[in-house]
Amino acid sequence: MGHPATAGEGLLQRLRDTDRPTLGYFLDGEQQQALAGDTVLTAILTRGKRLRDNEFGGGARAGFCLMGACQECTVWLESGQPVRSCATPIQPGMRLLSRPPSGETPVKESRDEK
Amino acid sequence: MKNEAPAVVVGAGPAGVRAAQTLVAHGVATVVIDEAPRSGGQIYRQPPPSLATAAKALYGFEAGKAEALHRAFEELKAKVDYRPNELVWNADDRTLDLWNATSSRYSQQPWRDLVLATGAIDRVLPVPGWTLPGVYSLGGAQIALKHQGCAIGRRVVLAGNGPLLYLVAYQYKKAGADVRAVLDHSDFASQLRALPRLCALPGVLAKGLYYLGWLRLHGVAVHSGARLSAVDGDDCVERVRWEDCGDPDQRHSIECDALGFGYGLRSETQLADLLGCRFAFADEQRAFVPEHNHGQSSRPDVFLAGDGSRVMGADAAELAGEQAALRLLAARGIAVDRRRLRRIGAALRRVGTFRGGLEQAFPFPHDWAARVADETLICRCESITAGELRNSIEHHGIDEINRLKALSRVGMGRCQGRVCACAAAEVLAESSGNPIDRVGRIRSQAPIKPITIVAQAGGIDG
Repeated sequence: MGHPATAGEGLLQRLRDTDRPTLGYFLDGEQQQALAGDTVLTAILTRGKRLRDNEFGGGARAGFCLMGACQECTVWLESGQPVRSCATPIQPGMRLLSRPPSGETPVKESRDEK
Repeated sequence: MKNEAPAVVVGAGPAGVRAAQTLVAHGVATVVIDEAPRSGGQIYRQPPPSLATAAKALYGFEAGKAEALHRAFEELKAKVDYRPNELVWNADDRTLDLWNATSSRYSQQPWRDLVLATGAIDRVLPVPGWTLPGVYSLGGAQIALKHQGCAIGRRVVLAGNGPLLYLVAYQYKKAGADVRAVLDHSDFASQLRALPRLCALPGVLAKGLYYLGWLRLHGVAVHSGARLSAVDGDDCVERVRWEDCGDPDQRHSIECDALGFGYGLRSETQLADLLGCRFAFADEQRAFVPEHNHGQSSRPDVFLAGDGSRVMGADAAELAGEQAALRLLAARGIAVDRRRLRRIGAALRRVGTFRGGLEQAFPFPHDWAARVADETLICRCESITAGELRNSIEHHGIDEINRLKALSRVGMGRCQGRVCACAAAEVLAESSGNPIDRVGRIRSQAPIKPITIVAQAGGIDG
């Protein structure tokens, strides 16, 4: 369809129901587009391949269960609040971050304590 | 009215909807609390209104049941106190604690008697590379399609076992996704042996055979006795490797960009646990689940229905929801149709026979724990490998899972063991030389999911 929100360069591939209004939101400060009805997860992963990084060096993550159970899909609002992106509808003007804002508790470097 | 306190139903999937419907039909005020914005649970999850695909395309053979369930709930809405978007994050003898993710507001719901219909999630056995972007549970792969009209990738591999595997493969291929392969861990011989029990529900068996036949007819590579061995890729899935269960030297690889996998379901039992319901090991589920006697838990005021206490599928969940509600009503001294209760019991026994057949047709990979490589991540949240668990088990002589959690951190992450506890228990059983039903179960703690503490006056910034 050539529509920016259906360009297909992300992980998720839109197969149907693409005839929906677009809306703009921000991810890591950059303007992005999504379709009304997308979850935050769908919005991000139809354009990219990562939601966040695992805090313990486990690498980039992009969700897993899509039903609010695994907690792998957490991203953050610029206000600091975490959101379960698979269960949160994308809203116009939403300001999202793929890394926790700077107030977050630092993660311990070594896990070698007993 | 004699009985004034409302009955409370947690969950608005097939079990919760039928429970609520039954309670309302008997004149009891009912509160329905659901984490989702719309009824249907996961199996009949409704997409957002703007995704207007017809039910037939969404639910296939089950379209009629899905529509009937949604319609039933629409009619109920005006007659119940309906609380969508509310997570029950804690429960004690008097009160449920609720949190609304949309408004970030807390509330409490007093309760007198309760139906828990909390559903299930995929049972997952880790494989190297399973945390790569592009790997999802089978249920997750299905939700991407049903709820958001998306495939999890351009070239998808689906793997594991259980009835969901063929259903998701069929739905994906039908929707136009490129399904590169279906890797069924179970072998054809197991499936043949299970036929007698599977004949207990001939319609369901027929559907399963139809999906398999359809997939082959449409050129999808379906491999039986196929053991997933690794997922490779730099920052996302690039390849899936597998081997023949019967001859592990026969190794194969498939270029792809997404993997959906799972091995059946596991019940979400956290609220039953917090309420002190007695649990017992269910061999068919290879897991501890809350005991129940035709919907009655070990507590006289807590009733259980659906996959959240015993995985039996959506049809059984509807019956179990009605059964739990009838038992609650009877406990309140309200007259119920006993013959109906008996018929439900008989129907559920037939489903039980069928489920035994499914377990035989799609047996749990008992050798998984012995085979899983040390480097494989078991706990995704805390990034803990099988090797770290084995070291901890050996070093401390651990033989119980809560102790393993305390000493290794497995299950301490945000998922609270939902994803990893099954695998961790298998590794623990194997390493400690104990049977799987002797290593305990992770105890639930409140909040049962992470919730945010936000000043009530502030609300959320967009």
